[in-house]
Amino acid sequence: MQKVAVLGAGLTKFSRRAKETGKELAFYAAKMALEEAGLEIDDIDAVVCVSAPDAFDGVHMKGEYLSDGCGASKKPFMRSYVGGGSGVFGIINGWYHIASGHFNTCLVVAEEKMSSSMPHPQGIFNAIYDQFLERPLGVNLLWIFSLEMQRYMSVHKIPLETIALVAVKNKKNGLDHPCAQEGIPGNYTVEEIVNSEIMCWPVTRLMVSPVTDGAAAIVLASYDFAKKFGKDVIWIEGVGWCLDTSYWTNRDLYYPRYVEYAARMAYEMAGIKDPKKEIHVVEPYDPFAYKELHHLEGLLLAEKGEAPKLLEKGFWDRDTENGIPSSPSGGLLGVGNPIAAAGLMKVIEIYWQLKGKAGKRQVKREVKRGLAQAWGDLMQVGTVVILGK
Amino acid sequence: MKERVAIIGIGYTQLKPISPEVSFREMIYEAAVKAYNDAGIEPKDVDTFVAISEDYYEGTAIFDEYVPDQIGAVLKPVHTITQDAITALAACVMQIKTGIFKIAVLEGHSKASNIVYPSHIDAFALDPILVRPLGFNPIFLAGLEMQRFLIETGNTEYHTSLVVLKNKRNALKNPIAAYPGEISIDDVLSSNPVSLPLKELDISKKADGAFVIVLAKESIAKKLVDKPVYIEGIGWLQETPNIERRDFVNAIYLQGAANMAYREAGIKNPLEIDFAEIDDTFSYKELQHIEALGIARFGESGIMLEEGYFDFDGAIPINVSGGSLGCGNLHDANSLRGIVEAVLQLRNEAGERQIENAEIGLVASWRGIPTASGGVVILSNRE
Repeated sequence: MQKVAVLGAGLTKFSRRAKETGKELAFYAAKMALEEAGLEIDDIDAVVCVSAPDAFDGVHMKGEYLSDGCGASKKPFMRSYVGGGSGVFGIINGWYHIASGHFNTCLVVAEEKMSSSMPHPQGIFNAIYDQFLERPLGVNLLWIFSLEMQRYMSVHKIPLETIALVAVKNKKNGLDHPCAQEGIPGNYTVEEIVNSEIMCWPVTRLMVSPVTDGAAAIVLASYDFAKKFGKDVIWIEGVGWCLDTSYWTNRDLYYPRYVEYAARMAYEMAGIKDPKKEIHVVEPYDPFAYKELHHLEGLLLAEKGEAPKLLEKGFWDRDTENGIPSSPSGGLLGVGNPIAAAGLMKVIEIYWQLKGKAGKRQVKREVKRGLAQAWGDLMQVGTVVILGK
Repeated sequence: MKERVAIIGIGYTQLKPISPEVSFREMIYEAAVKAYNDAGIEPKDVDTFVAISEDYYEGTAIFDEYVPDQIGAVLKPVHTITQDAITALAACVMQIKTGIFKIAVLEGHSKASNIVYPSHIDAFALDPILVRPLGFNPIFLAGLEMQRFLIETGNTEYHTSLVVLKNKRNALKNPIAAYPGEISIDDVLSSNPVSLPLKELDISKKADGAFVIVLAKESIAKKLVDKPVYIEGIGWLQETPNIERRDFVNAIYLQGAANMAYREAGIKNPLEIDFAEIDDTFSYKELQHIEALGIARFGESGIMLEEGYFDFDGAIPINVSGGSLGCGNLHDANSLRGIVEAVLQLRNEAGERQIENAEIGLVASWRGIPTASGGVVILSNRE
């Protein structure tokens, strides 16, 4: 297997109602990533694009539509798709392009333009449910999350105030992110989070990530190609993904076993025995406040039910000395959530943390290895990538 | 030499114009069970799964959700490729070549009969700002391209009609085909105009069906089955999504994809292949693709077709399965049907339509209007 290196990354400003088309957003991100890597588009052998439902942009065959914005004209182009987990899956897709020995370089672009769905993307989320059994109920994503959140809270007896702490932490971290969406990060108190409008009890407005447009891109290269860039290259050490059954009603929602399976696959590939000691910084997917804790447990970085307790102790804070900083970027709650682009944003944050380029967001403890994770479909898929120096 | 990847199992359903008696899940389940039996494995032996789907065709946002159960992939690495089967096959091949995965499964299906207004769906694939507001039916693009192709290459409507005749006749020998038939040139030429010179019978009709194939690396394939079919070369390419900037004469996407596949397979002259399954969503597309693949020189595909080169008993039989014109248009699963046909031919299991001594087969795909992307895969049974 070829070793795969990350050479550069690009990220657009996250915003709602971006004036740019999806193609333009993809172009900006791709251009930035190529500039950081010091490459031209002609140096790229293959292009991978990820984006969540076509219905957001209102474009059928969205991959085809975005391809020229991603720089894929007259190149092998592939769009992979695992719903909300697509962002992190993009780098996995790019990884196997290179690890297989087929290509030397690969550009991975993630784009999402959610605001074009009117009046609100939650309407589109109705179309992800089963046509016969669930869709007629008029359900959306908030509804399913409130079920999962209640189950998680009742099994481990977690108070709502503890879950709100995730939003407090991430929205504060997001203040230092130059790409953060206007009005999303901020200094909030637990009371403000808990007392914001109830969307679907117990989910409140400030525990939900916003509707965002944005794009992210990353340049991958083979060992031979990356050697030219010297010692300071960041490598992909492990990848993992896993899809659970579509019948979500038949599962116990308190624990994301699909995330655990995906994490175990990635740990095995990276040769990690004890993730709690060997992972130094983590970006778990946090579209909803409780999700970050849920995923930290799935990633085996905390025992079942232990993540909220560690949160209260500041174990996941950015300036922790002996904990594991979690979502130092601000995550989806603090930066914004253009679904696929948000997943790749998390990978890029790990890359910048390892490079020491995260600026004000740089974590205090020394980092040699970091993990990014995304999640999607009907609370069903886990995608995990481990980067290391 | 690097270890090759082999196809060790295939499963497929009957193709039908409509299929109200089964859901997409039941269709896929039938194909999956057949494929696993064919390969002599259980789903638990599979390391990674890839599925093909497009949300708008399925009528579901994030169709990836509904993939795992019916193929036995629950709690396994599964992902969707929203492209044609050859690109998705490349995803399987690359995963196996990383060395992490030993056995991979590829699933593709069509439930086109559920789509009430297919042209409305296709219109959503047009650029939403510059092109879609013009409000035309996307099939118009095929008529436009056909016109340009015929004028530039000197091929005629007689030749495109011959493609329809040949493929529908070939389909008579294919038990799974949905639209076989014996028709005349006049039938095609006098069929209803759609977007002239494109006529009703030049267009492949939609069909329902499901396909599943099992892949493994060479060393494992040899242990599991007697007749593995090897993937010698694979290529895929995007030309441009902008219809304004596209080459309406040559299939640039297929030229590029073919070059990539020929290089990997070590094929110097395209005439080394024994047969081909080539996209024929529209009759003229088969001729355009034959020229793009280098099987015929520019402008000569029509004459060669007329002389019988591409017939069942010709030098390079093309679409002996009946192609999309004879079997039905399955959207992105079209090329998976082609791959299954190639596997049957290379295993010497194609029954009445068996090509003698077939050793190398080629499958070429196009994603349909309004795209300009496609793929090529070269398969062989050579040890």
